[in-house]
Amino acid sequence: MYIAVASGKGGTGKTLVSTSLALSAKEYRCTYVDLDVEEPNGAIFLAPEIREEIPFTLQVPEIDENICTFCETCAKSCLFNAISIIPPVKKAMFFPDLCHSCGVCAYVCPVDGALKEVAREIGKIRIGRSGNITFIEGRLQVGQLSGVPLIKGIINDYMDMESLFIVDSSPGTSCPVVESLKKSDYVILVTEPNPFGLNDLKLTVELVKELGKDAGIIVNKDDGKSTIIDEFSREVNIPVILEIPYSIDIQKAYSNGIPLVVSMPETAEKFKAIIKMISRRP
Amino acid sequence: MLHGGSFFKKRPHWPPEAKMKNFKEIVIISGKGGTGKTTITASLADIIPDKIVADADVDAANLYILLKPGNIRDKDFTGKSKAEINKDLCTNCNLCRELCRFHAVEFNNGHYRVDPYSCEGCGLCKIACPAQAIEMKDQVVGKWFVSDTEFGNFVYARLIPGAENSGSLVTMVRFQAKMAAVKKDIKTILIDGPPGIGCPVTASITGVDLAIIVTEPTYSGISDLERVFDLTTHFKVKSGIVINRFDINPGNTKKVESFAKENGVPVFAKIPHSQCIMEEIAKSSLPSRKCKPLARAIEKIYEQIKNELL
Repeated sequence: MYIAVASGKGGTGKTLVSTSLALSAKEYRCTYVDLDVEEPNGAIFLAPEIREEIPFTLQVPEIDENICTFCETCAKSCLFNAISIIPPVKKAMFFPDLCHSCGVCAYVCPVDGALKEVAREIGKIRIGRSGNITFIEGRLQVGQLSGVPLIKGIINDYMDMESLFIVDSSPGTSCPVVESLKKSDYVILVTEPNPFGLNDLKLTVELVKELGKDAGIIVNKDDGKSTIIDEFSREVNIPVILEIPYSIDIQKAYSNGIPLVVSMPETAEKFKAIIKMISRRP
Repeated sequence: MLHGGSFFKKRPHWPPEAKMKNFKEIVIISGKGGTGKTTITASLADIIPDKIVADADVDAANLYILLKPGNIRDKDFTGKSKAEINKDLCTNCNLCRELCRFHAVEFNNGHYRVDPYSCEGCGLCKIACPAQAIEMKDQVVGKWFVSDTEFGNFVYARLIPGAENSGSLVTMVRFQAKMAAVKKDIKTILIDGPPGIGCPVTASITGVDLAIIVTEPTYSGISDLERVFDLTTHFKVKSGIVINRFDINPGNTKKVESFAKENGVPVFAKIPHSQCIMEEIAKSSLPSRKCKPLARAIEKIYEQIKNELL
C-alpha cells in the first residue's frame, strides 16, 4: 500500500505527519520514502542508519569534436536548447542544466561516434533503517534544476517490494508532486486553517481529483476556532481525518528534530487508526 | 494590452533597448516552505516606496491574498508542447513506446496514447514515428496577471495543478515586472519566491541584486537554509538572512547566526513568534500594520536593504 503525504502550501507539516505515520506503523513492514528531493528532512526525525548511498545519474550527450561534422542536427532537434553548435569555429557546446536526458540528440546524430551518451550525476539515493522502518531518501544535488527524474527513479526501481509505503512529497502541485502521487493508493493532504492553507489546499484537491485518488485532510496548527477547512472539506467531499492542535510545545519539539509521536505519545494511537482506516477501504 | 506572448517567446531576456537596468530586484526565498516569505514580502511592500511587486511562487501563489489586486488583466501562458498521437495514422508499431524514456506512451484498448502528465515534450516519438502520426501540441500551463494594488503594480501567476513548473512562467512574471518598472521608471522590484531549490527558485534568483533568505530555528529549517544558500552562492547572488519565529528555539537561532557568520552573510533581522501575526493572517490582513514586533523587524530589514543596495 502506498500512502502519499502532500500539501499545496509549504510548512504545513507533511514531514511531521509522514514520520509520525511511519513511527506508528509498528505492525506493518513499513518503508518511509522521502521524495521531497529538493529539501529532504525525514532523516532529521527518523535518524536512520544509512547503509547505502547510490549516485543517481542521467544520460547526457558527450560530443567528440574530432569526429563531429558540425551539421547541427542535434542542436536543431533539441527542444530544450541544450546543445549549441558553432560550425565556423568547430565548437560543440552542451549545457547540462538544460538537458532533459531524452535521447533525441543521440537518435538523430548522423555521424557514427560523434555523439555518445554518458552518465551525469544529479543526486543521490540514500537507503537505511530506522528501527523497523526501511528508510529511502532522494537528495537532489544543489544546482540541478529538476528532481522529477530522481523521484521517478526511486518509485520505479526502489519501491517494487511488498510494503506499507509512507511517502513524503514536496510542497506545491506541479510535476514533482504529480510524480509522487501518481502511483499512490491514498493521499493525505496536510493543511493549516488559514487563508493561505485553504488557497493551496484547493489547488492540491484539484490535482488529487484529476488523478482520481482517494484522499483525506489533516488540519495542522488547529486553533479550534477556524472553520474554513471544515467547510471546504464538506464542499469537496474529502473528509478531515485528523486535527493536530496548534501548540508551541509541538513546535519546539519539532525544532529539535523530535517526532510528534515521541513528544506527544498519545498521538500514536491516532496515526495507527489512520493507517488502519486507509488499509480497510474497499 | 499585455505585452508578452510572441515577443517573449523570441527573446525571453532583457531587450537590448533597456540595457541600463535602472531598478534593483530583491527576491525573498527560503529553502523550507512555510517560513514566512509571503508575509514578509507583503510587509516590505507596505513600507518600500516606489516599487513593483511580483509573486514568483507560481505553483502556490498566495501573495494576492494580502495585496488584494484589482483591475486584473490576465493572459494564458503556454509551456512545453506535448506529443499527441493521431489514432487514424498510427499503425500500432510500438516504436514510440519502446523509445520514450519517460514511459509516457500508454497502450490501452488497442490504441496508443501519450500521457500528458508524463510527457517531457522532447519530440523523440515524433521524430521516430514511421507513420508521421505524432505531432507536438502547445499546452496552456497557466495564466499570468498584471494588476493594481494599494502598493503599486502587482504581477503574479497561477500554474494549472499538475502542470510542469519549469521556471518559464516564473521568468515571465519577472519579465512583466521588469517591463512595468522600466515603463514607470520604478526603482525596486520585490519578488516573493518559491520554496525549494529547483528550477522555479533558480528562475526567481538569477540576476537579482539581493536574495533575502527567510529561515526558522528548526533542524529542518537549518538543513534547508544550507541548501538554498549553496544555490545563491552557485549563482553568485548576494544574500541576507531573516530568522522568523526565532524565539521558539534560541539554541538553534544561535546555530543560524553562527552559520551566517561563517559564511559572511548578514542577519538582517530576527522576528519573534506571535499570536498577533497568526490572527491577522487568518483575517487576510497585513500583519505588520497591527503587530509591532513584526513592524519593527520589517523596518530593520528595509534599512539593511538600503545599506546593501547603495
